[in-house]
Amino acid sequence: MSQLDLLALAPELFLAIVAMILLIVGVYLKNDRMKEISVVAALAMVAAFIIGLTTGADEPFMAFGDAFADDAFGELGRGLIYGAAIVSLLMASRFMDREKIGRFEYPILVLLAAIGMGLMVTAHDLISLYMGIELQSLALYIMAAFNRDSRRSTEAGLKYFVLGALSSGLLLYGSSLIYGFTGSTEFSEIARVVGESDNIVGLSFGLVFLIAGLAFKVSAAPFHMWTPDVYEGAPTPVTAFFAAAPKIAAMFLFVRVMMEAFPTILDQWQPVLWLIAALSMIVGSISALMQTNIKRLMAYSSIGHMGYALIGLTAGTAEGVQGVIAYMGIYMIMTLGTFACILSMRRPEGMAENIEDLSGLMRTQPWLAIAFTALFFSLAGIPPLLGFWGKFAVFMAAVEAELYILAVIGVITSVIATFYYLSVIKTIWFSDPAPSFVKEQGPSVALTVSGGTLLVLVGILVVWAPLYKLAESAALSLF
Amino acid sequence: MIEQATHELPLLTILTFLPLSGVVFILLRQMNARADEQEGADRAAKWVALLATLFTFGCSILIYFQYDQTASGFQFVEEMAWFGGDEAGEGGIKYKMGVDGISILFVLLTTFIMPICILASWESIKTRVAEYMIAFLVLETLIIGVFCALDLVLFYVFFEGSLIPMFLIIGVWGSKGERVLFGYTIPNRVYAAFKFFLYTLLGSLFLLIALLYMYLEVGTTDVVTLLQHDFAANVQTWLWLAFFASFAVKMPMWPVHTWLPDAHVQAPTAGSVLLAAILLKMGGYGLARFSLPMFPDASVMFTPFVFTLSVIAIIYTSLVAFAQEDMKKLIAYSSVAHMGFVTMGLFTGTPQGLEGAMFQMLSHGFISGALFLCVGVVYDRMHTREIAAYGGLVQRMKWFAFFFLLFTMGNVGLPGLSGFVGEILTMVGAFQINTWVAALAALGMILSAGYGLRLYREVMFGTIVHDNLKDISDMNRREMGMLTILAVMTLYLGVNPSPTLAVFRPATDYVLTRFEQPMEMAGKDMVTVQTEGETAHQGEEH
Repeated sequence: MSQLDLLALAPELFLAIVAMILLIVGVYLKNDRMKEISVVAALAMVAAFIIGLTTGADEPFMAFGDAFADDAFGELGRGLIYGAAIVSLLMASRFMDREKIGRFEYPILVLLAAIGMGLMVTAHDLISLYMGIELQSLALYIMAAFNRDSRRSTEAGLKYFVLGALSSGLLLYGSSLIYGFTGSTEFSEIARVVGESDNIVGLSFGLVFLIAGLAFKVSAAPFHMWTPDVYEGAPTPVTAFFAAAPKIAAMFLFVRVMMEAFPTILDQWQPVLWLIAALSMIVGSISALMQTNIKRLMAYSSIGHMGYALIGLTAGTAEGVQGVIAYMGIYMIMTLGTFACILSMRRPEGMAENIEDLSGLMRTQPWLAIAFTALFFSLAGIPPLLGFWGKFAVFMAAVEAELYILAVIGVITSVIATFYYLSVIKTIWFSDPAPSFVKEQGPSVALTVSGGTLLVLVGILVVWAPLYKLAESAALSLF
Repeated sequence: MIEQATHELPLLTILTFLPLSGVVFILLRQMNARADEQEGADRAAKWVALLATLFTFGCSILIYFQYDQTASGFQFVEEMAWFGGDEAGEGGIKYKMGVDGISILFVLLTTFIMPICILASWESIKTRVAEYMIAFLVLETLIIGVFCALDLVLFYVFFEGSLIPMFLIIGVWGSKGERVLFGYTIPNRVYAAFKFFLYTLLGSLFLLIALLYMYLEVGTTDVVTLLQHDFAANVQTWLWLAFFASFAVKMPMWPVHTWLPDAHVQAPTAGSVLLAAILLKMGGYGLARFSLPMFPDASVMFTPFVFTLSVIAIIYTSLVAFAQEDMKKLIAYSSVAHMGFVTMGLFTGTPQGLEGAMFQMLSHGFISGALFLCVGVVYDRMHTREIAAYGGLVQRMKWFAFFFLLFTMGNVGLPGLSGFVGEILTMVGAFQINTWVAALAALGMILSAGYGLRLYREVMFGTIVHDNLKDISDMNRREMGMLTILAVMTLYLGVNPSPTLAVFRPATDYVLTRFEQPMEMAGKDMVTVQTEGETAHQGEEH
């Protein structure tokens, strides 16, 4: 272990130290100072990102005996994850206070999850991969059940935990098979052995388990069952966090495993991922049609979006990876913006979560309504809004890899999905007004609503081209 | 080589985004409006929208004066690298605008119709006026963008983007009435808006896949480069089908036209005008701009297919129009029939057919727009579009009777009015290729006279039997003004079509040069078939 090794993981180490300090400080403070600690945690993540940028080598660097890779891909992954974590953390404090669950442990849990996710996007070994996933997941289980007096929230936490443990088991079993057949847990070594051997039946078996475990983490069909319940049950800011950061981390991890450990047997895993992507798009579009709760709707929407992102991975090319990365970046902006809107849906008697509650919003709160409209058209992927460009990138990868049928499935499901996005917009614009929402949701929610909407509206000018360029350099660092 | 003339100012960009300046003013006014003076803010929104559209119209006229009608190739070209290109800015996806003979007149048509749309909504739109005006201004930007874009991705962005404002216009300001669908009671306007959006979206997404394929093969989505690129024949087939899926829905062609009657009937008057006059033209424009010159082999191959669909559209939808009891629906079906002439003309691959098709689209823009305005005039007074609810209007509304007759005759294709020129030219074109198609299309003209005259007779002639019609007032000055302008245009285009056709010519000529080789090849095949089977009936393949 050299100094360089430590520098490669400097952001994680820094965040771990900050988390410990905050834990001690939090215990000594008299009241639950969630707001202040959230701000410190957010600043710590900003600092961690800067540390990552400054200490990162120009060339990809393998730390701790090739267990972690410090490269542009990991750097961008961290950036997105920290961004999502910071935004959802800052949005949480006022909500948590109102729900009387504003405890100082929440920001610390977010920090711990962020450490796990940082490890996930840099993991270059099956063991460090598992370590990252578990560190992240344990924090997430607690966050899902954070409203411990609410039956729905505890149910969500428990469900998430049981199914998450199952998927971890699958993942671990797959990893052990892969280790057994290749004699290594390190990605490039696995890739080398796999490339040389002709008998890969046992290995493929392990690979399927590994894919199943990872598909569970990104909530791709048919491993998506937990998503709607957890999304609905967890407190809304927690759902906002779930929808963005862990999805990005898991997707980045998925990409890295496939591209670095198994690039030579693309023909083995491509059909599996093809099926997962197609099923996710179908489930995400059709199951969402009948939803009345907006958080459940967003859960199915995210399943569908993971399907589209997986199209890029299925392609198995640099262009495909670029597409996945660009898609996840855009998805993050849209999701956080949408959840900020959902957080603004508060009536004097409590949170409103049904789509019906949005009736006639255009006449009672036009600005919020416009935000909703822009974000939902963007989620549907209608140009010139930002969401279209994500689809553009992954469809391009699909066409390049000649996955025409998958692209056509994507086309048809996105029309079906558009139907339910339009239904929400219909409720907002065409229906008669429902009682108005409480206006004061705090500056962070308002900022996220307006920021997300603005980015979605003018993303074609300011976000898309730079993001695509960034995604390209990140993708190339894997090849 | 296609020539690309530039201009020192980015005129087309300015023109395209000019209407958005109106949006900014309306938004500022609305934000400062107090609750007790909402009416004033609404009036301001109307005036701002009118001025913005008029100003845009003025700008487009100025651009037209600088446009060189005799030159081939594109003019006022602006180019800027966007993303995906190499370091030198070559290839990739660009921001590129430019107009040629095919597009310049559609830009003018758009900017011309827009102020009329705003005027048409002056009194009939009473709720959420500011939002309505904003939707129209945004829509104008997107439509001008469609006609100016010289990059496929940019085109697609504008093309698809236009769905959003139109969806809201139909859904929010559409007419009343409900229907039951799968056990749910839903308002008709919502049904129409959804149908419009989803139908068009499905078609367009195939276009997206096709354009991505083209991008990967050629390395750029620059239309000028693509126009000169020769795709392999089997690739052309698939690309052609994908493009056709999109444009046929937009056009709309039989059998994917069913969204149109719903959308037309439910949309507010100005929405119908816009839909008929401009949005439908985007389909024909797409075929002429992309499908024909980029995939000439496939276009020749699919000509019989398109002819069949066109003839069915002309005859079948004309017959359907006979059976309609709703005025707007009748005109909507007649639009589908007239668009059949356009597709027929485009795919003849003859100069007359192509120019005729372009002309037909232009003239249909004026005539159908005017007809929807006429329906709007009586609808504003009686709040029904049912033909049976009217009768004998000629006794109370003499000016209305005059204009309605003029536009009905234009729609029928009376010589001297613009509708005639387009139809006769497309039929001349078709006649050279396939006598039967031309003959059947001519039958469609007769049918159109039938339903047009029936509509006119039942609404206008006879005695007034409904009491509520007895004190109906004739058109006011605003309505007279709008219809007079459209009438002048219809007459002018009908009496003196040559200058307009001359504008199309340089651009359509290029499309024809792309057609020469595949046509010859197809012709040769036909000749060999004929010489081989001389004993067989020679004319049978017609």
